[in-house]
Amino acid sequence: MKVVYFAWVRERIGKAEETVEPPAEVRTVGDLIGWLAGRGETYAHAFETPRVIRAAIDHAHVPPETAIAGAREIAFFPPMTGG
Amino acid sequence: MTVPVTIRLQQADFDTAREIAAMTDGRSDVGAVVSFSGVCRGGEGGDAIDALTLEHYPGMAEAEIGRHVEEALARWPLLGVTVIHRHGRIEPGENIVLVVTASSHRQAAFEAAEFLMDYLKTRAPFWKREDRAAGDANWVDAAAHDDAAAARWTKS
Repeated sequence: MKVVYFAWVRERIGKAEETVEPPAEVRTVGDLIGWLAGRGETYAHAFETPRVIRAAIDHAHVPPETAIAGAREIAFFPPMTGG
Repeated sequence: MTVPVTIRLQQADFDTAREIAAMTDGRSDVGAVVSFSGVCRGGEGGDAIDALTLEHYPGMAEAEIGRHVEEALARWPLLGVTVIHRHGRIEPGENIVLVVTASSHRQAAFEAAEFLMDYLKTRAPFWKREDRAAGDANWVDAAAHDDAAAARWTKS
């Protein structure tokens, strides 16, 4: 699945998007955050405080308990500061 | 009748007067037009910035704003809605965002404009980075008072 990152999450990881193949036991958005955080120092830094990370599946906000099955694009980003 | 809705995300500046005038062009049913302009401050408390850089999530930003405009149309008897949000580098004094709402009477236009701004600040996928002299930059933290402002629209 395609994963995209924005703002300081993107900067800490050092890339704007990538394709990942998490194992089957990674079922929810929260699971995916935990799995990504284990991929190396840059990921651990980006996801060091999971409760502040916001997520979207296919352009709609989702809470961490949301299943990721069938998602085309999952986004991770900090709380929004537009307007 | 379909209510005219304009949603634009753009790097370029916009003409606020032109957007307000467009709300009433060729029609006589509008009795109230409310506009809100968000403008880039030069910093706060003596901490000057060179510019803001606004990052956004293309595709989702349009979709999310569209969902909130739909909700506003369902909640208030509006006759027109325009939302324009800029992205990229924006210097102090420049426009960031514009919301224009039109209705027959003022209350709907006032309330809908405030509702849309409260949701734009907390739900639309935009992030502000403050850029300072000497290459120093930091991402703006989300403000708790913005979350509280958005939350009051879900109480009833």
